[in-house]
Amino acid sequence: MANLSFVIPMSVMTLFWGIIGGVVPWFIPKGPNRGVIVTMLVLTAVCCYLFWLIAILAQLNPLFGPALKNDTIWYMYYHSS
Amino acid sequence: MDSFFRSEEMCLVQLFFQTESAHNCIDELGHLGLVQFKDLHPGTADFQRRFVKEVKKCEEMERILRKQLYFVTFFDKLEQELKEINSNRDTLRQNFTQLTEINHLLHMTDDFFGEAGSTIEMSSSSVHSFVAGVIKHERFPAFEKILWRLFHGNFVLRHAEIKPHQEENMEVFVKKDVFVVFVQGDQVRGKIRKLCDGFHASMYPCPNNAAARKEMRTNVNMRMEDLRLVLKRTEEFRVTTLTAAAANLREWTAKVKKMKAIYYTLNLCNIDITQKLIIAEIWCPVSDLSSVHAALIKGSEQTGSSVTPIMNRIHTQQTPPTFNRTNVFTSGFQNIIDAYGVGDYQEINPAPYTMVTFPFLFAVMFGDCGHGLLMTLLAVWLILHEEHFRKLKNELVDMLVSGRYIILLMGIYSIYTGLIYNDCFSKSFNLFGSSWSVRHMFHPQGPWTNETLHNSDYLQLDPLVSGVYSGNPYPFGIDPMWNIALNKLLFLNSYKMKMSVIIGVVHMLFGVMLSLGNYINFKDVVLKFIPELVFMLSLFGYLTFLILYKWCVVIKSDSAPSILLLFINMMFFDYSSNGAMLYKTQKPVQIFLVVVAGVMVPWLLFAKPLLMYREHKTIFIRFVLMLMNANTQVFSVIYHSSFYFKMNHIKYIQTIFSLQISMGDIFVYQGIHTIEYCLGCISNTASYLRLWALSLAHAELSEVLWKMVLQVALRVTSGMGSVLLAVTFATFAVLTVTILLVMEGLSAFLHALRLHWVEFQNKFYQGSGYKFSPLSFDKMLNMK
Repeated sequence: MANLSFVIPMSVMTLFWGIIGGVVPWFIPKGPNRGVIVTMLVLTAVCCYLFWLIAILAQLNPLFGPALKNDTIWYMYYHSS
Repeated sequence: MDSFFRSEEMCLVQLFFQTESAHNCIDELGHLGLVQFKDLHPGTADFQRRFVKEVKKCEEMERILRKQLYFVTFFDKLEQELKEINSNRDTLRQNFTQLTEINHLLHMTDDFFGEAGSTIEMSSSSVHSFVAGVIKHERFPAFEKILWRLFHGNFVLRHAEIKPHQEENMEVFVKKDVFVVFVQGDQVRGKIRKLCDGFHASMYPCPNNAAARKEMRTNVNMRMEDLRLVLKRTEEFRVTTLTAAAANLREWTAKVKKMKAIYYTLNLCNIDITQKLIIAEIWCPVSDLSSVHAALIKGSEQTGSSVTPIMNRIHTQQTPPTFNRTNVFTSGFQNIIDAYGVGDYQEINPAPYTMVTFPFLFAVMFGDCGHGLLMTLLAVWLILHEEHFRKLKNELVDMLVSGRYIILLMGIYSIYTGLIYNDCFSKSFNLFGSSWSVRHMFHPQGPWTNETLHNSDYLQLDPLVSGVYSGNPYPFGIDPMWNIALNKLLFLNSYKMKMSVIIGVVHMLFGVMLSLGNYINFKDVVLKFIPELVFMLSLFGYLTFLILYKWCVVIKSDSAPSILLLFINMMFFDYSSNGAMLYKTQKPVQIFLVVVAGVMVPWLLFAKPLLMYREHKTIFIRFVLMLMNANTQVFSVIYHSSFYFKMNHIKYIQTIFSLQISMGDIFVYQGIHTIEYCLGCISNTASYLRLWALSLAHAELSEVLWKMVLQVALRVTSGMGSVLLAVTFATFAVLTVTILLVMEGLSAFLHALRLHWVEFQNKFYQGSGYKFSPLSFDKMLNMK
């Protein structure tokens, strides 16, 4: 696939927060705090997933690139892959 | 379980119990901590209540205990004992002092007589008498002078200072001198006595011969030993009594507080005419009725009365207090919600949602995983040593300790957002490899050569050159390349502003959805909820859509329209600027959305009042018609005969008219609500931009501390660099804690709180209830 390197993180994160928000709540034992714990799990999953999603979508199609100092560029040209 | 999402169902219960068992019953209820007593004499002043004397007595005892003077104690017996002990001790001390003086005196006179014995024998054989005594050291010169004047030098005076030769733990050791005066003649003794009295010198009888003196001395020594023993015993006894009293001090204070609370509660109750029954009205949660009943039975059993108290649940129109059952973890969050306003009875409680969204919004503004880790560690330390911190009884520390779980959550979420912002003490992690490649900008793929590199100070990477941008964004968070870029803020500002708008719109939509839980009948849903939701979705939901669409779609940089301009032009229906649209059907979609939003405003403004007006008008018309159609004869007969009927229908007409007058009220209220909501949508969305502002401030402060404090020391190449580094790191640490953790932490806390209190809660929360404050001894004793 063309951008496998995008699909993998996308599916991993979606799966991770999906499990936390959608599957784990069913396993919380019944007790006085069940409602609170389930609410917290679902809200955490939603908030954290949304935050990660915004970060990755913002970098998906950049309109401009980073401006680097010339010695940084020189170093990176000769020393990185 | 359901109770934390809404306040609990409360009931009003009347309690009847006997006067004898009143004290015990209320004591039991106080330990249970689940009932709130209603004031049955709301008009009376404090001093008019029945148990005012008892309350005053309790207050007096409290005052005494608070002073903790060792001479004034709680029980009279103990007071007497201590008084006795103290007076005994003083007498004993005095005796002891005297005996010591005598001892010294005898010691001295032995020497004198030994030395002067020969002299006296040599002189004339007239009767010599002597006086021995002890006088204060500073008075001695004056004493001597007067003796000279009196006897014209015809006397022998010897004196010596008393030196303490052992550890005599007197409180104040007064310097004293021993003196012996030899004079001729017996009559002068009287004079000397008077003189000694004048100087407050104590005289002691001293025998003439050495043997008697020795006997006296052994006598005195024996008595001194005895006294010393007695004094020691007295001291020990006193210390044990006091320590026993001190151990009980806290217990007694608690007891007095409890008694005062019980009498205060009794003041709120009714006592019936026979003086045998006490009637109280309490608010208590419905689910706890059985435990209250059990507590009452226990209390009445303790006093041995055979009559069990009666609980009678009564129905009432009064608004019950709001009770949210909390545990150690949730109480902190409930407190910050209640600080703004206690919820209405059985209103949706924002606290369970706040437990996640508040630390999360804090973390969005704080966003540094290094500082987040420090905050989490602080919270864990507070949690583990909670009792130790509470003992310090410092207000600031108390506040920190009661918020320890809030701080824990804030720290954990800050670590997460810090990882996503890729910011740890202003440095980034590179876990997955950056998506930006410099190599591809050079020949042959890109436009750069070594010459371009030499000619300019900085160069910008171009994502349009193939390979520069790998096509896959950094999988977790912000790419580390941006941390070393000179135009970092250009990218981050755009990202964070759009992120703030998205988070804001989602948060507010969540608030509007929560308001659904507060509507009792379906009509309100249609009249209020749907227009609110559609208004927000059509304008700000669409804005969010634009942001996401622009991110996901590939555009050339020079033809990328600004979202802000698109939005503004949409509101003004201005489509004249050439072709700067994001997608093909943008224009008709936008026009449709603005029109829909425009329709929602009058719906929100007029629908509900008009409906209410029409309802009442139909009732009114129907009543008038009934009056008109009724048989006039029958009507007049009824009218004149039944006084009761006359009053009734006049009252009904009055009610109708008053309802008509309050139509204006309803219109005004609905108008205010509409304006508030619609304008609020815009201003609240903009208000969420503080998420961007504070996270920018935090990141910049962090970077300043790195670049201008720590990095300076890290760059020093000489040998002294290590010493400088140690000093600089100390500065860095202190500044990080005070500026970035404390100041920025408080600031982000405050702004996250404001976002909840205002922007989130004004979508659904009324917050005009009153809090359930039960009689609880635990709560009372913990709050000193």
